[in-house]
Amino acid sequence: MRIFDPHIHMTSRTTDDYQAMYDAGVRALVEPAFWLGQPRTSPESFRDYFDALLGWEPFRAAQYGIAHRCTLALNPKEANDPRCTPVLDLLPRYLLKDNVVAVGEIGYDSMTPAEDAALTAQLQLAADHGLPAMVHTPHRDKLSGLRRTLDVVRESALDVERVLIDHLNETTVKEAKASGAWLGFSIYPDTKMDEERMVAVLTEYGPEKVLVNSAADWGKSDPLKTRAVGDALLAAGFDEDTVDQVLWRNPVAFYGLSGRLGDLTVPAPTGPAEHEGNSIQRGAPRTAGE
Amino acid sequence: MNHPTSAPPQPDPAAIRRTLAGQLDADARVWLDTALTEAAEDPGTGPLPVWERRFAEAGRVVGADHADTARVLLLHAAGAGTATLTRLYQEGSGAERRAVLDALALTVAGPDAVGLVEDALRANDTGIVAAAVGPYAARHLDAHAWRHAVLKCLFTGVPLTAVAQLAERAAGDGELDRMLADFAAERAAAGRAVPADLTAARALTEAAPPGRTTTPPAGGGAKEN
Repeated sequence: MRIFDPHIHMTSRTTDDYQAMYDAGVRALVEPAFWLGQPRTSPESFRDYFDALLGWEPFRAAQYGIAHRCTLALNPKEANDPRCTPVLDLLPRYLLKDNVVAVGEIGYDSMTPAEDAALTAQLQLAADHGLPAMVHTPHRDKLSGLRRTLDVVRESALDVERVLIDHLNETTVKEAKASGAWLGFSIYPDTKMDEERMVAVLTEYGPEKVLVNSAADWGKSDPLKTRAVGDALLAAGFDEDTVDQVLWRNPVAFYGLSGRLGDLTVPAPTGPAEHEGNSIQRGAPRTAGE
Repeated sequence: MNHPTSAPPQPDPAAIRRTLAGQLDADARVWLDTALTEAAEDPGTGPLPVWERRFAEAGRVVGADHADTARVLLLHAAGAGTATLTRLYQEGSGAERRAVLDALALTVAGPDAVGLVEDALRANDTGIVAAAVGPYAARHLDAHAWRHAVLKCLFTGVPLTAVAQLAERAAGDGELDRMLADFAAERAAAGRAVPADLTAARALTEAAPPGRTTTPPAGGGAKEN
């Protein structure tokens, strides 16, 4: 089973997670820029974060045989902090870069005027840069947040068919699907969606334009939830082709709208892995028997 | 500082361009020709010169395998100086940083940009470390920093073939030999294999330094700055 996790915050995860993900079949992922738990206090902190998403984290992923791409944005929560909003002036230069496959996560947290402004500005940035947009829907007052999000998207220069609406559930999937947007579902241990509910949603709404992600981050979350959904779908009688569509081809199609997804082939991490022609092993392992 | 090694072979941008063009498809070749013309004609007007946009997008046009070379040619065509190179490095993705480091030998005559090499040698991305130890580092890194660069390559698994002028700078360097021997002892104590590159580098230190028989390299020898 080949898996593309279209939303996971690897900056917060360990190398054990990378190994377990590879073993479960994950071969590609997208890491959206988001908040870090601890609030940032300046655009410079975003700069370092963006640099990591474009430098160190793809290198780390490649060590474990996984292709890493990212989306960049000012996230909805920190859009409310005037110390952070100048990052919007840095974004145009960053959005040119090769590994950036969407603007995101953008959207609403508390549905404030500052969030309105950041969402509108960043949908325009996406249109200007030929990028799709990855939109977070709020955890509180979700249905109303979805409707407001779709209104803002319709008024923007970005076609709704270039927008992924994420963190959907049973209460929001119907309206999101009717809009023509791509549909993202985050599978969590306790909150958001779980595997069995995801099977039920796919049974009712079908696999077209549906993406399933772990959204794993620094909170209680599980980077193997994508695989769990794949297993649950097979157990429920879905065929392998449908599982491949949801867990691989749909993410490739959505982020491929950027024209920047590139070759997702990364050498397997067995033996002395090579990165840019150089060994990337940190140190040779102990020789067996010594 | 300029080290009295024999001059490394100077890369020829025209030859590099011919080789790259021969490996690209027609669309990418047109893009390269256009981008290099733009870089030469408008190296620095406006908030974002168009060639810097080409510099960013090189990977998705010519492919990851050829992007470093295309970016080096763009930096050369634009006549990028230390200030521009520093900015592009600091704002750069991992691939863009590699290209800036690769371009130094072609674009910067003096030691002004050595800070970029020192920064890159603090990285843990082995692609960046390998790009840092090219001909520019061979010319301008002081003895202490250069020895640590060699050791870092061994430590992180970057093959020493990446180190420009290795034989010339290692020749007669007793301090490098001591550091290599200590590293080998540490590996042995941990029950781990000693890299073959390390043994080869120790052999290089036994040769006589170029142009000298008794004095250590400038800035080197007993000096530990």
